[in-house]
Amino acid sequence: MGRGDSSAPLREDSPAVARALPVRLRVNGVLRELRLDARVTLLDALRERLGLTGTKKGCDQGACGACTVLADGRRVLSCLTLAVTCEDRDITTIEGLGSEGAPHPVQRAFIACDAFQCGFCTPGQILSAVALLAEGRAGSDAEIREFMSGNICRCGAYPNIVAAIRAAAGEAGRAGV
Amino acid sequence: MRAFEYLRASDVHHAVATAAAGQEAAYLAGGTTQVDLMKDGVLGPDVLIDITRLPLRGVVPDGGAVRVGALTTMAELAADPLVSRRLPVVSESLLLAASPQLRNMATVAGNLLQRTRCRYYRDLSCACNKRQPGSGCGALEGHHRMHAILGTSQHCIATHASDLAVALVALGAAVRVRGVNGERTVPLTQFYLPPGDTPDVENTLGRGELITAVEVPLLPEGARSGYLKVRDRASYEFALASAAVALVITDGVIRDARVALGGLATVPWRSHAAEDALRGAAAAPGTFAAAAEAALSGASPRPGNAFKVELGRRTVVRALSTVAGRQA
Repeated sequence: MGRGDSSAPLREDSPAVARALPVRLRVNGVLRELRLDARVTLLDALRERLGLTGTKKGCDQGACGACTVLADGRRVLSCLTLAVTCEDRDITTIEGLGSEGAPHPVQRAFIACDAFQCGFCTPGQILSAVALLAEGRAGSDAEIREFMSGNICRCGAYPNIVAAIRAAAGEAGRAGV
Repeated sequence: MRAFEYLRASDVHHAVATAAAGQEAAYLAGGTTQVDLMKDGVLGPDVLIDITRLPLRGVVPDGGAVRVGALTTMAELAADPLVSRRLPVVSESLLLAASPQLRNMATVAGNLLQRTRCRYYRDLSCACNKRQPGSGCGALEGHHRMHAILGTSQHCIATHASDLAVALVALGAAVRVRGVNGERTVPLTQFYLPPGDTPDVENTLGRGELITAVEVPLLPEGARSGYLKVRDRASYEFALASAAVALVITDGVIRDARVALGGLATVPWRSHAAEDALRGAAAAPGTFAAAAEAALSGASPRPGNAFKVELGRRTVVRALSTVAGRQA
C-alpha cells in the first residue's frame, strides 16, 4: 500500500529528533518496560519488541480488525494506537486469553464451530468476540453480525464465527457469567 | 511517518499554550484519524500533544441541554441513558458509524474534526486543494461517486464523513472552544466552513484552539427523532446519504422539525428549507416529499454522483416517515 513502515529509516528533513521514550506497558498482566520511538504503534511494539506475534497486522490502517486487542478491557485497534499513549493501561492480547491446555471459552467455541480457515484474522475475531460478550451484544445473530462488523474475514468464515459466538454466549449464560 | 516531538498534556491550559506556540502542533485524542493520516504522510506535525489524560470526559445534564466532554468516546456517548432516551438521533448516528473498536477509541470532538475520506486527499500522488492548496482537485474529473452534491465549490467536492455531526447540527449543538485568549462557544452551523476558495480551512478553530465540550440542547418532551444511513454495506461503511430528523407532531400536524443531511455535503448540512416545508403541515407523505424536494433543491451533482440527488430525496422521505411513525 506504499505506507511507511515504522521500522523505515527517518526522513532526513524530519524536524524533530526521534528519540526513544521510556514506556511502561502492562501486557497480559506483566509489566514491560520499553524504550520506544513515539511513532511506534502498539501493534508493532507487541509484535516486534515483545515477540507477541499473535496480534496480526492486516491492513495497518484501522479497516480490518486483525490487530484488535483489549485496552483496559475495551476492544481497540492496536495499529492506530501509539504505544506511548498506552502507559499504565492494561493490554490483553490473544496470548493472554488462555493457554494451550486451557483455552478461553471463546477459543474453544471457535475450534468446536470451525470458525476459521486460514486463521490470520482469528486472534482479532476472538478478542473482538470476547469484548462483544462482555458488552452484552450477543442477543441475536443479527446483533452479533453488527457488532462483529469491524473484523473482516477474507476467507468468509462468517457463518461459523457467528455460530461460535452464539455457542460461547450460550455457555456463558449456562455458567451464569 | 514523519518524526515528531511527543508531549503529554497535564492540563488544558498547558495543552493550549503548547499548541499555540512556535512549531506546527496537533492534538492526539483517539487517534483514529490523526495516526492514520500521519502514517500516510498526509499529516506531519512537529509536535504531537497527547490530550487523552485531560479531564474532559463524561456526559452531564446541564439545564435543558447535555454537556458532553470532548474526550468522551463515541461508545460512551451512544450508551448514555439520557442521550438514548431524549436524543435517539444522536445514539443512532453513533451506533451506525465505524466499528465497535473505533467507537471505543474515537472521541466526540475528534469525530467532529475528522478529515474527509476523499481518496484524493489521502493519496499524496494526487492533486488536492484541501491537502495542498492550489494543486487542484482530482475528484472533480475523477472518481467521485462518494462525493458531495451540496455545498461544493470548483475547488473541492469532498464529503464531510461524520454521522454524529449531522445529528448535532440538526439539534443546534455548539462546541466550547478554549484558546490562549479564553473560551468561546460556537454553534456547529457556524463552526464548519464550506470549501469555497479555501478547502484547506475546514472550520473556525484558531491556532492552538481546543474543543473542550459539546453542548447539545435536549429536544422538547414529546419530540421524536432518528437517524437513517444509506450505504453500500449493511454495516461499517460511510454514508452515501443520511438524514438526521426530529419532529414534534400533535393532532397529525408537524409543530416543529429539524432536518440535517450527511454523505451529501461538504459540511454537515442543516436544511432550513426542508424544515420550513414541514412546519405547520400535515405529517403525511406529500409533506415529506415536499421537504425532500426542498432539501436537495440546491444540489450540483457531477456525472459520477448524480444518483445522489434522488437517493438524497428518498433518504429524507424515509427518515421522516419512519420518525413520524415512532412513539413520541
